[in-house]
Amino acid sequence: MIGKEIDTLIHLLSKLPGIGPRSARRLALQMLKQKDSLILPLSEALQNAAKTVKTCEVCCNLDTVSPCGICSDTAREDGAICVVEQIGDLWALERTRAYRGRYHVLGGTLSALDNVGPEDLSIPALTRRAKDENVQEIIIALNATVDGQTTAHYLIDRLQYCNVKVTRLAHGVPVGGALDYLDDGTLITALKARSALA
Amino acid sequence: MQEWEDRAIVLSVRPHGENGAIASLLTETHGRWAGYVHGGQSSKQRGTLQTGNIVTAFWQARVEDGLGRYRLELDSAAPALVFGDRRRLLAVQSACAVAERSLSERESCPAVAAGMVAFLETLMAEEDVFLPAYIYWETGLLRELGFGLDLSACALTGETEKLAYISPNTGRAATESAARQYKDKLLVLPEFLCGGENWTEEDICNGLKLTGYFLRHRVFAATHRDLPEPRLRLEEELGRVDT
Repeated sequence: MIGKEIDTLIHLLSKLPGIGPRSARRLALQMLKQKDSLILPLSEALQNAAKTVKTCEVCCNLDTVSPCGICSDTAREDGAICVVEQIGDLWALERTRAYRGRYHVLGGTLSALDNVGPEDLSIPALTRRAKDENVQEIIIALNATVDGQTTAHYLIDRLQYCNVKVTRLAHGVPVGGALDYLDDGTLITALKARSALA
Repeated sequence: MQEWEDRAIVLSVRPHGENGAIASLLTETHGRWAGYVHGGQSSKQRGTLQTGNIVTAFWQARVEDGLGRYRLELDSAAPALVFGDRRRLLAVQSACAVAERSLSERESCPAVAAGMVAFLETLMAEEDVFLPAYIYWETGLLRELGFGLDLSACALTGETEKLAYISPNTGRAATESAARQYKDKLLVLPEFLCGGENWTEEDICNGLKLTGYFLRHRVFAATHRDLPEPRLRLEEELGRVDT
């Protein structure tokens, strides 16, 4: 019923995370309606990104240059490396503008079910970086999930001989969170990690 | 319409489609059972769908053989409470991975499920009682799978006291004196598995080696697989790996 080209477009769009065949059809239709203002610039942007974007050899971030903008920024602190699971997490932390150190993207977490072992993550590169004399702290900013925390413990184990302070993000009540609506796990970890006010 | 309600433990979760997930649960009366969770990738559901969580599961399907849909309510999030403890977290992951890989789907195994709930409840205890509880659970799992250890009497003398070893071939116990000349070929039987109240780190290592041997050679060898990664890491964490 629909042409092969449109079918291919829908098929490719539906491979993106969070987009199924129905959303892909809607996206394809919207793009085809705005051929000049959307589909052509988009295809050019996609081609440019495919040609120029590369993985940073230092931290595994994505950028058009390697080392990436964050690794080559001399205004940033060399003393701290924040370890994140995915590039999306790095972007989330950058949006806060609360952290001015370096990053390291692991590329996932250890997972028995998905067969992700230590050799599939960028752990050797992290331990090499941690041995640098300028590095004083490794901040483990992995998700508060079973896989994320198991990976955190594995990293702590691997970093124990690197002579650096290893810290991790706190777990607890989110900003704007009402205690009444929080799950038991969050409340208990928040209680355990309580801090003195005075 | 087929439906049931049961208490269950989340063994594994994998994304499915745009927002959904397929959750594999170890239920108290229906065995290991997979089902679709609508919105399983949403932030609202992700907390519930953590490995090792205890939930109340409502399953519904048009036909008995269908995958069906789960609606889950969180009862206990034991793993979240032990995020800071490497051993406890590894033990949870190990138990879930071993159960996921060794139990057949939709075959009732109430003893294994009850044992796992009991083990998860020990995680919150101050002392490390979760370690012997974990080994007890694995011996129960082996029994359920048809490879139970025979700790009733010594296979050589018939004595019921001072059992100290297990034969890797038969799974039967032997006393220290009777097994003296073969003891290099036998597996050490920790005293707490024979009703002893005290245990040491060495007993735990021996217990893990013992159950690990039978899981590896009797259960997982049948599918040409090794022990799951978290199980290997748990042994490594306790300082002794013997493959």
